[in-house]
Amino acid sequence: MITLTLKQQPVVPLEAENLSPDVLAPLTHDAIRALPVYHGKHQCRLDEFFDVDGEASDQLTVRGDCTKVKWLGRAMTRGKLTVQGHAGMHLGAFMKGGVIEVQGNASDWVGAEMSGGLIRVSGNAGGQVGAAYRGSMSGMKEGTILIGGSAGLEVGMRMKRGTIVIGGPVRDFAGLQMKGGTLFLLQGAELRTGAWMIRGTIVSMKPLNLLPTFLPACTYRPSFLRLYTRFLRSLECPLPVGMHGGSYQRFTGDASVPGKGEVLVWQA
Amino acid sequence: MLRITGGKVYDPAHGIDGVVQDICIADGKIVADVGAGRTLDATGMIIFPGGVDIHTHVAGAALNFARGLTPENQRAAAPFLHTKDLRMGLGGPTPTTFATGYLYAGMGYTTVMEAAVPVLSAKHTHEELRDTPIVDKACLVLMANNEIVLDLLEAGETERAKQVVAWLIWAAKVYGVKAVNPGGVAAWKWGKDAKQMVSPIAGYSTLTPAKIIGGLAAIIDDLGLPHPIHLHCNNLGAPGNVSTTLDSIKALEGRRAHLAHLQFHAYGGDDWHTMRSEAVQLASYFNTQKHLTADAGAILFGNAVTITADGPWQHLLYQLTGRKWGNIDVENETGCGIVPYTYKGSNLVNAVQWAVGLELLLLIDDPWRIFLTTDHPNGACFWRYPEIIHLLMNAEYRRECIQKLPPKALKRITLPDLTREYSLYEIAIITSAGPARAMSMPQKGHLGVGADADLTIYNQNPDGAMMFRYPRYVIKGGEIVVEEGDLRKSIEGREFVVKPAFEPQIEDYLRPLFQQCYTMSFENYPVELERVHGLQMADCLPRG
Repeated sequence: MITLTLKQQPVVPLEAENLSPDVLAPLTHDAIRALPVYHGKHQCRLDEFFDVDGEASDQLTVRGDCTKVKWLGRAMTRGKLTVQGHAGMHLGAFMKGGVIEVQGNASDWVGAEMSGGLIRVSGNAGGQVGAAYRGSMSGMKEGTILIGGSAGLEVGMRMKRGTIVIGGPVRDFAGLQMKGGTLFLLQGAELRTGAWMIRGTIVSMKPLNLLPTFLPACTYRPSFLRLYTRFLRSLECPLPVGMHGGSYQRFTGDASVPGKGEVLVWQA
Repeated sequence: MLRITGGKVYDPAHGIDGVVQDICIADGKIVADVGAGRTLDATGMIIFPGGVDIHTHVAGAALNFARGLTPENQRAAAPFLHTKDLRMGLGGPTPTTFATGYLYAGMGYTTVMEAAVPVLSAKHTHEELRDTPIVDKACLVLMANNEIVLDLLEAGETERAKQVVAWLIWAAKVYGVKAVNPGGVAAWKWGKDAKQMVSPIAGYSTLTPAKIIGGLAAIIDDLGLPHPIHLHCNNLGAPGNVSTTLDSIKALEGRRAHLAHLQFHAYGGDDWHTMRSEAVQLASYFNTQKHLTADAGAILFGNAVTITADGPWQHLLYQLTGRKWGNIDVENETGCGIVPYTYKGSNLVNAVQWAVGLELLLLIDDPWRIFLTTDHPNGACFWRYPEIIHLLMNAEYRRECIQKLPPKALKRITLPDLTREYSLYEIAIITSAGPARAMSMPQKGHLGVGADADLTIYNQNPDGAMMFRYPRYVIKGGEIVVEEGDLRKSIEGREFVVKPAFEPQIEDYLRPLFQQCYTMSFENYPVELERVHGLQMADCLPRG
């Protein structure tokens, strides 16, 4: 296992696109220390900010408060990245495989445009979890993101496939322009959930203040949620008791696009 | 002073087809002989006149809007890093200004025509062209939806319309006139389009697209502009539009014209499900009309951004794609629409479009009248021209590509039956000599004594795509800008402008109209001469 320990807080955010198991696994310690990172517009060596220990491996641990370290695990395809502390923006963006675990909080754009793998954040996340970058046609295309705490704006914006579970409260525009995939809101969300959604499923365990362009369809017991909850429990994702069996009110929308998405609200 | 020895020269303007001869350069021009100076050994290499792009969109408000509308393309674009000699920039479907110059020069092109400039945003266009290095430039001003001109044409005031057109050309500091969807963009402001050549346009009682085309073509000939009317026909992109294209040609009443991006105007069928190629019909008619030239406007599969003054078409395309849409209303002059688009080989319509572009290039028998373009960035980026050259030069490779098309598409195209292969001589015509002649630029597109020393030297390679993508040397105005395949230095390009004759009193007619209709004051409207960098005046020759 390779361990990187933050020894000096960057003054401005550190762009560390290289800090992924794919890049580090085949390198010697000296090569890792010499990897380029960008501190603002200045190119620096990785060892100006991190101590490097451990043996070559695709298991990578980053220690310290990395709130200002961006792009951890960018485009990784294998192995495991553990962050013992907080992670900065763009954690696991473009990720294709492997596992990321953050024991603290993460910032905006967690798993943006990812196409596979698992991201687990114990604390809170920022906005745009699993989202599309500005201008892109689609956000996450596959994979799973589990956030234990709260999340910010535009969670799952333009996501196409995959699963996002947010344990805490979520802010406005969850599932904005969603094209597919499944978004679980265990503590509900604020305004305009599912705005412009074309397809996909939003499951909320709390009542939602939906847009008038979402029409109530029926109340039923969706059988697919049994399978889904089994899958999420296998990932040790804490879910409310009775979630798999309860009845849900189904809304369809967003009729303003018009879209064929669905919002399921738990009736307990 | 420079002498290039041992290269096989292709100079179609002088009928030179692969003859080994020396080329001498002094003071940026080609000369008969030089004494001392550097010698460049081009033995085993191929020498072409520098490429001339007759129809492209590389600068101005619309292109800048497109750059801003597609950040996803900018992220994926090839970066140009800042060096001692070169400025930074981004490639991709809509390259930034400096990168545009580098990419054109890197491909051996030395002259480009920015094909759509509204007078209102001409200042912006000229500023961007100043920052588009190496290549020489010329602009075409949009005229077929200018409401002042249309009002005069409807009223039958031909002489005054001519004066206004001439004044507007000089106000915009351009080289020629472009007519985009004549009347259709004006109609778009009423939520309509102009698809019938002989039906009155929305907002007018008698004026039809045919009258606009005929009127403008006559004015342009009277003024003696070096480049004829540059016509983007009505009904672009729509199934069955070949009849509109043929009607547009008839509306010219035998006057000279250049038909832009002909590929988008050569479809049969009644709707998207029955759309087919009508390249055979259009090409055989075009072959008989010796007063016309055209550029291909071919498409290639992949990402593109469609930018055109044809606002109603862009709204339709936006509804078809469900992607992004930008619309610009340019006051009384024109409009503009921008929609990112991906051409897919698996899509029946796109497959037909891909074939039509190549069919036109292969079926039009006179290479002096059909030129290589992709209507950049509409059909594909200009830096993909070498891919089209390879398709034209190699029928075997073409067959391989045709096999990947959806089987349904094969019944709608004639491309599989075409065996013609372009020779290097013909490629030199459609990429350089032909467009330079159609633009009436006597110093471009050939290697005779007195021509601008713009030439490209390639390593001979059976793979046309490789050969034309990476020239060994590119010489622009006598300076070696690409050497051993690397961009070595950047120089400023020039801009060609014409000043047709007009009576100064026409301003007394225009001034009150401006105060009434425009947001800009009359005095601020024309582009000052100082804003045109590397100004090169061209002559008008009025035709009787």
